[in-house]
Amino acid sequence: MDINPVLLLAAVIVASTPILLAAIGELVVERAGVLNLGVEGMMITGAVCGYIAAHETSSATLGFAGAALGGAGVAALFAFLTLVLLTNQVATGLALTLFGLGLAAMVGQGYATTTVVSVPKLPIPGLSDIPGLGRIFFTHDAIVYLSIVLVLAVWGFLRFSRNGLILRAIGENHEAAHALGYHVRRVRFFALLFGGACAGLGGAYISLVRVPQWVDNITSGAGWIALAIVAFASWKPGRLVTGAYLFGGVTALQLNIQATGLAIPVEYLSMSPYIATILVLVLLSGGRAPGSLGKTFHASR
Amino acid sequence: MLRLERRRQPSNLWRWGAPMAAVVLTMVLGALLFWMIGRDPFLAIKTIFWDPVFGEFAFYYRPELIKKAAPLIMIAIGLSFGFRAGIWNIGAEGQYIIGAICGASVALAFYPMAARWMIFPLMIMAGILGGVVWAMIPALLRVYFKTNEILVSLMLVYVAEVLVKAFAVGLLRNPEGRGFPGSRNLTQYPSAANLELFAGTGIHWGVITAVLSVGLAYVVITRHRFGFDVQLAGQSPRAAAFAGVNTNWLVIGCMGLSGGLSGLAGLFEVAGPSGQILGSFPAFYGFTAIIVAFLGRLHPVGILLAGLLMALTYIGGDAAQSAMNLPSAAIKVFQGMLLFSLLSVDVLTNYRVRFTWAKGD
Repeated sequence: MDINPVLLLAAVIVASTPILLAAIGELVVERAGVLNLGVEGMMITGAVCGYIAAHETSSATLGFAGAALGGAGVAALFAFLTLVLLTNQVATGLALTLFGLGLAAMVGQGYATTTVVSVPKLPIPGLSDIPGLGRIFFTHDAIVYLSIVLVLAVWGFLRFSRNGLILRAIGENHEAAHALGYHVRRVRFFALLFGGACAGLGGAYISLVRVPQWVDNITSGAGWIALAIVAFASWKPGRLVTGAYLFGGVTALQLNIQATGLAIPVEYLSMSPYIATILVLVLLSGGRAPGSLGKTFHASR
Repeated sequence: MLRLERRRQPSNLWRWGAPMAAVVLTMVLGALLFWMIGRDPFLAIKTIFWDPVFGEFAFYYRPELIKKAAPLIMIAIGLSFGFRAGIWNIGAEGQYIIGAICGASVALAFYPMAARWMIFPLMIMAGILGGVVWAMIPALLRVYFKTNEILVSLMLVYVAEVLVKAFAVGLLRNPEGRGFPGSRNLTQYPSAANLELFAGTGIHWGVITAVLSVGLAYVVITRHRFGFDVQLAGQSPRAAAFAGVNTNWLVIGCMGLSGGLSGLAGLFEVAGPSGQILGSFPAFYGFTAIIVAFLGRLHPVGILLAGLLMALTYIGGDAAQSAMNLPSAAIKVFQGMLLFSLLSVDVLTNYRVRFTWAKGD
């Protein structure tokens, strides 16, 4: 069996979308100065919520809506702990991941053998007829397009809007932003909700489109890879797309090579996305993190 | 209107009161959770926390409890040094797996030679070495490339999980296993087995090492220069730099320590309670130990108690699973809630709550 480059590139996009979605949400969160290490937990919560919602209502749209809600729900928990109870962000993020993994395994228990609702493809009229490129870029489901639109929207929001500027100011120096009268906690709260919803969507994309079935630990580290990509992208939306597609590329390529039955042992192939993440972190990351990233904000008077 | 006011000094009362309050809070929340999934909440809490220690079958559960607590305590002790200094080794699970693979490989290489005086110590060394090497990857990358150790150590967990599955069906597969995955059972190989030292107590070499590591850690943290440096770096990195603390060595030291202890825990587990290298060998201990470390306030004695408590939730969870059909994942949720409540209650350690009538913010 040979690898068809057009199908491979289309598969790259499918493999990248969950990571891209989670990463763009986390990018906004980190630009607001909060380090949420619970992306994996929010993703798997989204994955299970999306799966159950889609299964119960037989509607993919409601499934993704449920996933976004579920992700935002656990993100709200994280927000309450870190913003109101002033807990350590690293520890709380880990707690969120452990909690999310357990919660998803518990809630999803009865759904392992069920069949899932199919998510329809939406070829874009005109563009999808371009030979090659049309099949690669314009014959996907709505969520793939949504992920690209979200990246563009976040880029525009951070770069051109007043609220985006406030969000960045809060991320750079929360004391100064507070002194200027901006609502540090309110902005961070909404940033976290957005991040949770995006991670939830990403998780549901794995359970509804990529796999598509309910298995324990279905996200298998995608949330952590998303975190790594945000650091790799130097907190810039443009580079985020490159990063996400690079990892999607490694994942899709190794799956394709496994299918061709080449003489490379399967285990080396399946660890390649993780090794690639480490390599990229070592070789390519740079750039400066937002100044207040990970610090607890307490408005003393 | 409630307002938080920073305390000048962390409250000593709440420093130790918080974990206890968190346990009580988690029991209440857990009871609520069990009630929501249609189980008797009181019976569930009693089955998990009371019966294994004081119930009818306590003679069976107590040794199991000790066996489960040992790896958790060992790993958490190692992690506590790094966590105090702001060095986040989140990949203890990976170091634990690699320690087990290395230790088991040494044992299987000598099979069926009978020379326990040589083979068992060699296995221990291999276990430690495996864990240290696996932890050195994130440590050295942080020192030389400023790479985030959280992400690297975590990625290596997934790599280790793939490796253990590969070894179970490949290199280390039992040649007499009729094609089933999994290595030879080390408990049936006297030169390598880590069995109970006193029948019926659950005490094996891992338990003894865990207790020793608690004592040693206590001495190091309170009496040794390394413990002082660790605390200083955690509380004020700037002050540590002025005091001449070498941060790079601190990273290497803390990561190496936690890697070594995790690897050792893995070795004792594979040679004893678990018995063989299997694809399902990973036990999530490396992650649960993070909760243990925090619950024990990163203090050796606290970790000892927290490790026992966390082991109780495992044992009690198993008991509740068979007695009342409680889903096994419910215990994971419960453990996650425990860390959440601890972190939340901890706000009282550093802040005091004030009631004000004035308009807030």
